[in-house]
Amino acid sequence: MKQDNHGYWKANLRILGALLSIWFIVSFGFGILLVEELNQIPFFGFKLGFWWAQQGAIYVFVALIFVYIHLMQKLDRKYGVSDEDDSSEEQS
Amino acid sequence: MDAQSLTYLFVALSFSLYIGIAIWSRAGSTKEFYVAGGGVHPIANGMATAADWMSAASFISMAGIIAFMGYDGAVYLMGWTGGYVILALLLAPYLRKFGQFTVPDFIGTRYYSTTARVVAVICLILISFTYVAGQMRGVGIVFSQFLNIPIFWGVVVGMAIVFMYAVLGGMKGITYTQVAQYCVLIFAYLVPAIFISMLITGIPIPQIGLGAEVADGSGLSVLDKLDQTLTELGFAAYTQGAKSTIDVFAITMALMIGTAGLPHVIVRFFTVPKVSDARKSAGYALIFIALLYTTAPAVGAFARLNFVDTVHNTQYSDVASWFKSWENIGLIGWEDKNQDGRIQYHPGAPFEGKPTFGPERRADGSRDVLNTPTSSDNEVYVDRDIMVLANPEIAALPDWVIALVAAGSLAAALSTAAGLLLVISTSVSHDLLKKTFARGLTDKQELFAARLAAVTAIGIAGYLGIDPPGFVAQVVAFAFGLAAASLFPAILLGIFDKRMNREGAITGMLAGLIFSLVYIAYFKFVAPETNSADYWLLGISPEGIGTVGAVINFTLAIVISRCTAPAPDHVLAMVDNIRIPSGVSQPQDH
Repeated sequence: MKQDNHGYWKANLRILGALLSIWFIVSFGFGILLVEELNQIPFFGFKLGFWWAQQGAIYVFVALIFVYIHLMQKLDRKYGVSDEDDSSEEQS
Repeated sequence: MDAQSLTYLFVALSFSLYIGIAIWSRAGSTKEFYVAGGGVHPIANGMATAADWMSAASFISMAGIIAFMGYDGAVYLMGWTGGYVILALLLAPYLRKFGQFTVPDFIGTRYYSTTARVVAVICLILISFTYVAGQMRGVGIVFSQFLNIPIFWGVVVGMAIVFMYAVLGGMKGITYTQVAQYCVLIFAYLVPAIFISMLITGIPIPQIGLGAEVADGSGLSVLDKLDQTLTELGFAAYTQGAKSTIDVFAITMALMIGTAGLPHVIVRFFTVPKVSDARKSAGYALIFIALLYTTAPAVGAFARLNFVDTVHNTQYSDVASWFKSWENIGLIGWEDKNQDGRIQYHPGAPFEGKPTFGPERRADGSRDVLNTPTSSDNEVYVDRDIMVLANPEIAALPDWVIALVAAGSLAAALSTAAGLLLVISTSVSHDLLKKTFARGLTDKQELFAARLAAVTAIGIAGYLGIDPPGFVAQVVAFAFGLAAASLFPAILLGIFDKRMNREGAITGMLAGLIFSLVYIAYFKFVAPETNSADYWLLGISPEGIGTVGAVINFTLAIVISRCTAPAPDHVLAMVDNIRIPSGVSQPQDH
């Protein structure tokens, strides 16, 4: 194997692990499991737990995907496996 | 022009736009028909995915459901958006690299088995048909409500439109019409929301208005006022949930992984040119979806506030005209239990079942409800679905906004229906015929078979929409549970677990599917009287059981794969290939 595909995959899994932890914490953590506790805290006219469940989690989801796109672009280039340049990829 | 002529005009204009696009983007090969030639720009694909994804349920029903569920509505908001994170991070890039046409393609190839492919096709057809029937029904209802056309003809017109661009254009036609449909539906959703936010809080951004002070001098924020008003009437506070934490957890999880496992959503990521485009495309899709999903809770809260304000303790003769017009259609019903001539709104059903009306009006002009009253203080029946549709009337917005909402709900229903019909026809022509039972098909014959399958699927969907067997509407929400319990684990393990093999995946899919189906069928059809938390497994409702199904699927698949022979080398090489963005997808004919 000419590229370090194993190293690339490991780094990829680390990125996924970090981002999915955030995904879990904001939705299932803040929005569901901790909602009662967070609701004690006022937040711009919302109760904080309610805000996470009906607004905040969704904004974080969007941000997570764009952070992922950015991190993966960097990782792809670092390991020389980026597809940004092969514009005329032939598919079966 | 009055509201109805405007509605005709808007609907006709949007329909001719869709048909125009369909003719312009006619598909010439199977690759164009299945995956739009694989050359769609990520932003366009993001919009198409968003339109594909946001169905009649998102557009018409969701805000109404949130209005009446309060906090618990979050299961839909987080469930139907959080799934895109899973999709973008765990599935879309790898499936794009795999580079074939369908979800069963991946499962059949990864698990080197025609049986696995056929099991995947069965899951796919089951999921997609339960979903599509609801869309056609939505089309019928909008036609009958706004244009006074019987539901039958409404569905027929809807079928004809979908036929035009799904059968002629395939994925290519669908993608570009969906881009147009997204623009129509998001505009139609945001305009009334902004108007109403201005009206209630003076702030034009609904997402901020939801937390702002009500502009009535009370100094209370929207949510505090809602909590206060509702608890005074005897309801639970709006910001408190009624469901148990474990059930909210399970439903949210089932909707998230179900979203990621829905074939008509996954297949959208086969249409972009590259792996990096698949990632971007998921990001854009979620932005476009979040625009509606963060607005919906505001619409729901405003609608509930407005509803209580205008209805509770109001003399029937003084009540706003929208109340009477929806009463005329039968989606609102009022029984004056305490005979004071005023409408009282409290928790609980006002009477048993949906309202049926006598031929005579009461002295004050209200309709005579025939149902047996319950012992609760509540006097009003209101169908949740009217909230979005009635919102422009409730807020006394101009007629063109009402027409816009009609065109928007049709766009939402048609775009989803088309996407679903396409994956059904593709899985029949490509997976069942070309790859399983009729391997000798030429590209032309396969394209013809795909069109024929699309026509048949439209016919069946239309029939289900016109004459839905009682169970269809109830089952739509369960499509997610089935996708979560069957397809999602098989795809995920196929990418991330190289030790996963044919035996494990097939057993897992079947076990997850059958478990969830049986659980849902038991509580919905066999013994519906026991459908309450006391009888549920671990307190998880049928809506959330897909989560348990998925756990069963994962566990069985992993245990069984470890006891049986590993996957052959060419499959392992394929898994290595899809894990790396660069390079060419391996040809997978074997």
